[in-house]
Amino acid sequence: MIKVLKKTAQAGFEEKNDLIVEVSPLQAESGIIIELQSPVKNQYGSHIETLIKDTVAAEGFSDVQVNVSDKGAWDYTIKARIIAALERGMA
Amino acid sequence: MMNDPKTRLRRTMMFVPGNSPKMINSADIYGADSLMFDVEDAIAVTEKDTARYLVANALKTLKFHSETVVRINHPTQTPFGIDDLKVILPAKPDMIRLPKVEDVSEVELVTGEIERVEKENGWPEGTINIIGAIESVKGLYNVREICRHPRLIAIALGAEDFIANLKTQRTKTGIELYYARSQILMAARDAEIQCMDTVFSDVRDMEGFEREVTNSRDMGFDGKSVIHPKQITEVHRIYTPDDKQLTHALKVLAAFDDSLKNHKGVLAVDGKMIDGPIVVRAQRIVDQAKAAGIDVEKKREEI
Repeated sequence: MIKVLKKTAQAGFEEKNDLIVEVSPLQAESGIIIELQSPVKNQYGSHIETLIKDTVAAEGFSDVQVNVSDKGAWDYTIKARIIAALERGMA
Repeated sequence: MMNDPKTRLRRTMMFVPGNSPKMINSADIYGADSLMFDVEDAIAVTEKDTARYLVANALKTLKFHSETVVRINHPTQTPFGIDDLKVILPAKPDMIRLPKVEDVSEVELVTGEIERVEKENGWPEGTINIIGAIESVKGLYNVREICRHPRLIAIALGAEDFIANLKTQRTKTGIELYYARSQILMAARDAEIQCMDTVFSDVRDMEGFEREVTNSRDMGFDGKSVIHPKQITEVHRIYTPDDKQLTHALKVLAAFDDSLKNHKGVLAVDGKMIDGPIVVRAQRIVDQAKAAGIDVEKKREEI
């Protein structure tokens, strides 16, 4: 079942190895749109974007704006913050 | 034997704040026997959700050498504990630390959640175990029954809350905790489970730390909860048998083996009679030496 985000929500901290994720609902058929700021964007930008997209999709959402301000987070942290932000957006 | 959850070495259990990726990322490099990811007191009530997802994803993704423990929020005294279990248990930590335990029914509640997740995932019963923490007088009065619960494989003293409950404060001598430490130890030994001592919170006072760890080791504790990597080395040093103790232990084990093989009755090492408990203690010393990285086999050949 496709989930629809109810509101804009944030998770994470502006700390080393962490990130701030902000998710917002988009109109149907908009898809998952990502805006990424990261010190490692040149090397890992496309990897991080794929990870974000896969995580949002795996959680059952299809139309979400995801803004990420990354401070060198490892994959598990990115995933955890996205899941938490999406859950907060459903509360 | 070393990794049997009931008997594995737990000299040190290091607290790791559950919402700090930086600390989680580096936690495994310090060599603590157990890592305790905290989603309880280290986490503000507004961040319980983010912390539990972070810890769960770390457990699913990272490979830890240390045993993994997650300290959840209390399942009935707070609104967070059951949600913690729902997110954390599928990530398969080795243990759940149940804080402020006061009654065996709380251990039963957590056990029920664990059993459900073990069945759902096809994991053998006992994949995830529980360490309880006594942090109140009420908990102390019920400690014997709590320790006898089959899912509980270790018990700890959580002194800060306990001391507040007693209406006193921590002292250098530890007199205020003497009764609680003794009672918890007796209950642990009666139930044949492990017993962990409380944290020493002044990380600058290494002299006081050494004194406290030596005392709790001498009382019989299996290990110490620690809050800083530099405390780990010190605990491991104090819990490492010295050369004389190891030599004696190896002689005892050799004599015991010899008596079994040759059907001898009473045996003696260095003029002292050896019986069952002495053999068990000798094995424990050898295990501690091995865990500390001492080449026990080489030592065995030397004597």
